Amino acid sequence: MPETELKAATQELRAWCIKMITEAGNGHPGGSLSLADLVSVLYFKVLKHDPKNPSWKERDRFILSKGHGVPAQYAAMAMTGYFPTEQLLTLRKLGSPLQGHPDRARLPGIEASTGSLGQGLSIAQGAALAMRLDKVDSMVYCIMGDGEIQEGQVWEAALSIPMHKLDHLCAVVDWNKGQIDGQVKDVMNIEPIGAKFEAFGWNVLEIDGHDLGAIEKAFEAAKANAKKGTGKPTMIVADTLKGKGVKFMEEGKNAWHGNAPTSEQAKKALEEILKATSK
Amino acid sequence: MIDATVKPVATRQAFGETLAKLGEKYPEIVVLDADLAKSTKSELFAKKFPDRFFEMGISEANMIGVGAGLAVNGKVPFICSFGAFVTGRFDQIRMSVSYTKANVRIIGTHAGVGIGEDGHSQMALEDLACLRTLPEMAVLQPADDIETAAMIEELIKYPHPAYVRLTRQNVPRVHKAGTVFKIGKIQPLHEGKEALVLATGGVVGESLVAVQALEKQGMSIEVANVSSIKPLDEAFLREACKRHKKFITVEDHYITGGLGGAVAEFLATEGHGKLHRIGVEDFGQSGTPEALLEHYGLDAPRLEKKFKAFIRA
Repeated sequence: MPETELKAATQELRAWCIKMITEAGNGHPGGSLSLADLVSVLYFKVLKHDPKNPSWKERDRFILSKGHGVPAQYAAMAMTGYFPTEQLLTLRKLGSPLQGHPDRARLPGIEASTGSLGQGLSIAQGAALAMRLDKVDSMVYCIMGDGEIQEGQVWEAALSIPMHKLDHLCAVVDWNKGQIDGQVKDVMNIEPIGAKFEAFGWNVLEIDGHDLGAIEKAFEAAKANAKKGTGKPTMIVADTLKGKGVKFMEEGKNAWHGNAPTSEQAKKALEEILKATSK
Repeated sequence: MIDATVKPVATRQAFGETLAKLGEKYPEIVVLDADLAKSTKSELFAKKFPDRFFEMGISEANMIGVGAGLAVNGKVPFICSFGAFVTGRFDQIRMSVSYTKANVRIIGTHAGVGIGEDGHSQMALEDLACLRTLPEMAVLQPADDIETAAMIEELIKYPHPAYVRLTRQNVPRVHKAGTVFKIGKIQPLHEGKEALVLATGGVVGESLVAVQALEKQGMSIEVANVSSIKPLDEAFLREACKRHKKFITVEDHYITGGLGGAVAEFLATEGHGKLHRIGVEDFGQSGTPEALLEHYGLDAPRLEKKFKAFIRA
């Protein structure tokens, strides 16, 4: 996918996030929009996957550990053909496979049911171990929130993954600096993120999480690191903005962690997203 | 009744030996432990199949998640620790295993006060109650070595996650050689008329000894081994309701939510019978296994008194 198309697709993905959450009447727009560029590059450029055969053994695995950001993943999945885009508007409705947080049993293509924070990285480790045993040469990607890494289990996995030399695992922290009770640095400071993972034995890359080119380069570097067999897993610290792409959400910071826009606000947001697409 | 010709053996030992044997036949088995491989006996597998054994360090939460990742990618993971520690990470089991529908086999050794001197912190006493709440999760506790071996092999193909609770202490053989075991089935051990004793795990042998003593006093008591606390063998219990009005449960676990809880729920739903739940009713503590079983009223002489009082009441 050429750069201009990727940018347009990413904005379309953002628009879907707004439409889905507005239709549902609730959800997490801030953390979905901060993720949008990362998820977009993964699904449209990086992942080795087959939407028509989600259990293909050779596929790359992607686990969204910050499960509340799943509207961005659903949008990317629909846009790549896992299910029709019309289904996106069933988000959070009774009986929908598009649960408020990812549900592996209900939606093919979801690798792990998440939403209780801190657990996805461990599941990613298990996937990477299984693939190494089976000699499947694919990558495992896992995106966490920055607030999420306050969970102790993340650090158990952070110790364990380099110890088991799982260089085919690439984790990402969506460093959007906000969490429910306030700014991450005020609630429970986790900085410096990169230095911590480096000390734990990870190959750390720090990037602008809204620069599509930089994101793609980082994922390519993670793959190259795996190919080289360094034994080190890769951690991408992606500097992002909560609500990215919708000005009043960017400025409102945590006000948009877990609130749906009104239809009026959604209209404004969609106009802005559309304008940015044609830029 | 107890087979006195066979040396008593801990069910954790039977587990370790079985797993090491099955490793050959089932290449999809992988085993994880959180720095307790010597105690859970998973080391027997580790020595034979080092490439399929993963040391996770003292990190049970991560071990549960890694087990889930292995399971959803085609492996048959057995994750091992003390029951108290692994089921203490309930949210990880609830989400990464149960809700993810990852068929992880969770092995929890060191069941109940029967572990002895290490005391309360190391005793699994609430594990059955916790895991019994999760949809599809099998909650199992074999009574002796041959049942453990059969159960572990059956679990390889079992289509749901499962928790297996094992003893640290040696327990006597209570099943006849050649017994056919099945997850979800109660094993009848001894016939009797006045009441049905439903026992599980390390105290099945103690229950049998107590009943034997009471039969010498002219009483007649049926005994069955409930190794599958979930799924519970409701067909067996429904038939038993035709034979009995009095039921007794015996377990080395809190009296809340374990086998006693499961049978109480069944009988209350049926609207039948009277139930006496025997189990641990206070925090554990240090002591020899024998002294502790006596103190908490779970050894044969104490059970004998309790059975008699309830049946005669």
